[in-house]
Amino acid sequence: MLNISEAFQSKSKLINRRMFLLSTLKVVVFFGIISRLFYLQISENIKYKSLSDKNRLREWKVPPKRGVILDFFGNKIASNTQVYQLHMIPEDVPNLDEFFFKLSKLITFGESEKRRLLKRLKKRKPWEPIIVSENLSWSEFSKLNLFLHEVQGIKPVVAVARKYISDGSSAHLIGYVSEISRKDLEKSKLLREINVPGLKTGKNGLEKYLNSKIIGQPGLQRFEVNAYGKRIKELKFIQGKSGENFRTTLDTEVQQFVSKQLENRSGSVCVMDIYTGDIIAMVSSPTFDPNKFVYGISQKEWDLLIEDKKKPLINKSVSGLYPPGSTIKPIVALSALENDVVSTKKIVRCTGSMELYGQKYHCWKEKGHGYMSMRSAIKQSCDIYFYEVARRLGIDRLSVTAKNFGLGKKVFDLFIEERSGIVPDTKWKLNNIGRGWVLGETLISGIGQGYFQSTPMQLCLMMAQLANGGYEIKPRIIDDKYAVQPTINAWREKFNEINNNIDLSSSNLKKLYRNKENIKFVLDALYGATNEPMGTSYRSRLTKPEYIYAGKTGTSQIRRITAEERELNLKQKDLPYERRDHALFTAFAPYKYPRYAISIVIEHGGSGSSGAAPIAKKVIKKVLDRHKIRQKLQLDLFQEA
Amino acid sequence: MQTTNFRNYNLSFKERILLLDFQLFFLILLLGVISFFAMYSTERGNFEYYTQSHIYRFFIFFLIFIILSFLNINFWLKFAYVLYFIILLLLVGVDFFGITASGSKRWISLFVFNLQPSELMKISLIIFLARYYYKITTDDVSKIKHTIIPLFALFIPFALIITQPDLGTAVLVLAGGLAVVWLSGFKIKYFMFFFATLMCLMPVAISFLKPYQKLRILTFLNPERDPLGAGYQIIQSKIAIGSGGITGKGYLNGSQSYLDYLPEKHTDFIFTLFSEEFGFLGSTLLLIIYALIIYRIIKIGSECKNNFGKLYCYGFATSFFIYVAVNMMMVLGLLPIVGAPLPIMSYGGSSMLSIMIAFSIVMSCKIHGSSRDL
Repeated sequence: MLNISEAFQSKSKLINRRMFLLSTLKVVVFFGIISRLFYLQISENIKYKSLSDKNRLREWKVPPKRGVILDFFGNKIASNTQVYQLHMIPEDVPNLDEFFFKLSKLITFGESEKRRLLKRLKKRKPWEPIIVSENLSWSEFSKLNLFLHEVQGIKPVVAVARKYISDGSSAHLIGYVSEISRKDLEKSKLLREINVPGLKTGKNGLEKYLNSKIIGQPGLQRFEVNAYGKRIKELKFIQGKSGENFRTTLDTEVQQFVSKQLENRSGSVCVMDIYTGDIIAMVSSPTFDPNKFVYGISQKEWDLLIEDKKKPLINKSVSGLYPPGSTIKPIVALSALENDVVSTKKIVRCTGSMELYGQKYHCWKEKGHGYMSMRSAIKQSCDIYFYEVARRLGIDRLSVTAKNFGLGKKVFDLFIEERSGIVPDTKWKLNNIGRGWVLGETLISGIGQGYFQSTPMQLCLMMAQLANGGYEIKPRIIDDKYAVQPTINAWREKFNEINNNIDLSSSNLKKLYRNKENIKFVLDALYGATNEPMGTSYRSRLTKPEYIYAGKTGTSQIRRITAEERELNLKQKDLPYERRDHALFTAFAPYKYPRYAISIVIEHGGSGSSGAAPIAKKVIKKVLDRHKIRQKLQLDLFQEA
Repeated sequence: MQTTNFRNYNLSFKERILLLDFQLFFLILLLGVISFFAMYSTERGNFEYYTQSHIYRFFIFFLIFIILSFLNINFWLKFAYVLYFIILLLLVGVDFFGITASGSKRWISLFVFNLQPSELMKISLIIFLARYYYKITTDDVSKIKHTIIPLFALFIPFALIITQPDLGTAVLVLAGGLAVVWLSGFKIKYFMFFFATLMCLMPVAISFLKPYQKLRILTFLNPERDPLGAGYQIIQSKIAIGSGGITGKGYLNGSQSYLDYLPEKHTDFIFTLFSEEFGFLGSTLLLIIYALIIYRIIKIGSECKNNFGKLYCYGFATSFFIYVAVNMMMVLGLLPIVGAPLPIMSYGGSSMLSIMIAFSIVMSCKIHGSSRDL
């Protein structure tokens, strides 16, 4: 018994000993756990606290409301409207196929949308929200909200979208907004700072020029969210700032009227206030619906626009380049008179053509005009007369006058797409073509052909600066009171005193003439061109006294007419479209107390008198009809300023 | 020979009550009450399903604990092998009639509730081994004839549980068993051999691991390799604990669990929730309560005059320690995530039942093992 007892006792001691070893180990482990707790909860507390907050708090930038673009009368040209959208956060979607399947049950989401989304997904970071559907109907949107918990990673959003006048009358001028591309982000620091999903940026036109001011500042919403991204409660809301609103000098009604006149034609119409430089209308045709770009245009529609020979996406008013043709003749005449090269009495006999160094130069009228004075040469647009004037004047003196009156340089600094055109001179040719000037080129420059290139807006400005008596004005589209202050100061009093006959001679505007009589002479000649028999635009004249206007037609050849063709005596109608001449017309109205200048270019429209002047007639009537209401508002605004 | 049995004291009921270890009694009760509050918090302060059933279970099992405490320790000694085989049978039964949940077959339906035999095996293995070893002398323990039975007794349940698959419980069962083998005086040299062989077999074992288990180990080594997938749990758990700070975010204010960032917060990660809300001080306090419980069990074991009771108490104390330590180290990112509940605190009936039964045997040792019969 004792033996056994001893054996048990020794075993008992062994067990205790071994337990003691184990207990020591336990103590060590427990201290290990405590020190780990200490490390996590005390040493690293700040790190984990911020990680916890990062989990818990989620901030949403709220896209700011884009400023509205108004016309002169306060009508909205580009405004905002409410749309229902569906956003998704790619990393929160566990299974894309399942996601697409569920989505297709809730909203219209077909294969093509799926493919497009997948393509865009590849370019995005997984935590960046991406817009799945930009324009949902209300029923789709409410359905989505109802089944929100069943589809992970989606976010229905009520967003503000851009809305334009959908007839496209101002599409080129205003431009459009579209999703911010990677390129936009690379270029603009502002966009990088304020980028929010759903934010659009101006791609061209005024939308691009005004982008930084019109885009606004995004707001911020801070939410506590749970692990599934569901917002539990809003903790903070910082109101964003909506973008500035801008008023333009445009008249939507005229814009739309003009746009209709240009339907099915390719060309441009510009209308300008000759004193303030306010652009009343600036339309390019054919046009497009800018609303389609807001949510990404479909490939098919894009291809249609791009492949159209009439180039609907080009803003022809500022980036279309055309030889000014005969519309430059008033400037040639003025230049010659100012430089005392010829007098108004100068007579040239037109026989239909002339020869210089063995080269034959034709007048548009094959049989010739006979004896021409300067006035009748402008009126009937005799080419031979202007060959002779140009020959005497020389290209360099002509180019100085042309540049003075606004050709060869950009009219605005608003549009990246605006082009400056070309006013050639001897130096220019040497620098750009590398050869010396030849006299023949001076001759054809005298009728606005050759190297001459101008935009319709330049022609409009040229006419405006002639019509206002030869004073330099700064055209504007954005009605910025402060920028226009000097102009207003210059002639406010006159404007208020004598409403109809504005004389700027005592203003501090830059004079473009040397002798006032020369300007008067040219304007009178233009009167003849429209209102006297034999005038080139006589058939398009307006007879009511308050509508009477004066204008100059132009027909610009787009290639040389060969001798054979001249023999065949081809009519413009018989030529294929691409080979027809451009029809141009510049005018100012009313003749007696001029207020507006207009320029029209119809691409391949045939002759100026048949292709462009009839449209001008309608537009001028419309603009003059709108004059009273415009002037009243203008006076009110000047009073304010 | 009757020496193997305890003397049957005829203690009166009053004597038995007085012999209860009240410290342990109240510590368990305290832990239970803390677990109610923790469970209440997992449901964001709503008295709902988990809290309710956790409280019911605790009181039912606590009652069982008290009742079983008065059983004579002789009963467990006699019943040890039978109990082991019954539970082994249940484990085999799981293979055939088990209920599959989240990819593994662990439960067996007993109509009223679902039982997880592997949890009960944790305790019955300790009883089995204590019963086996208590009468073997120190010199005989390491002899081959005495290693065969324990080896089978250890590895049959281990194999059955690991194929369920339930790596966590299997390892815990094995660890508890090995603790008893160690306590019984098995030569350290052989332990060394054993672990050396285990190390050599590791690569083979890894090839048998399920892909998700491999992933867990890889994730443990570097949680950041897949922060939204396999590493999510451990990262979120560390964030929750770390953000708790010294005093915690306050009761019912744990944002990590409240906002559902914390997975499995009712079961394996309940300590995380507790730690987030009560901070370093609260966690340490909880750890101290566990340490005190373990201390009490060891104390009872050391006062126990017979080797069965001693072996059992020490074995259970060590197992209990392992459960607590593994769970805490797991949520603290010191061990890979394996299914290991925190005793009493975690939601889960079988686990709580087996722990309560184990406590009752400890109590029984206290009441009846104060002297030994030789």
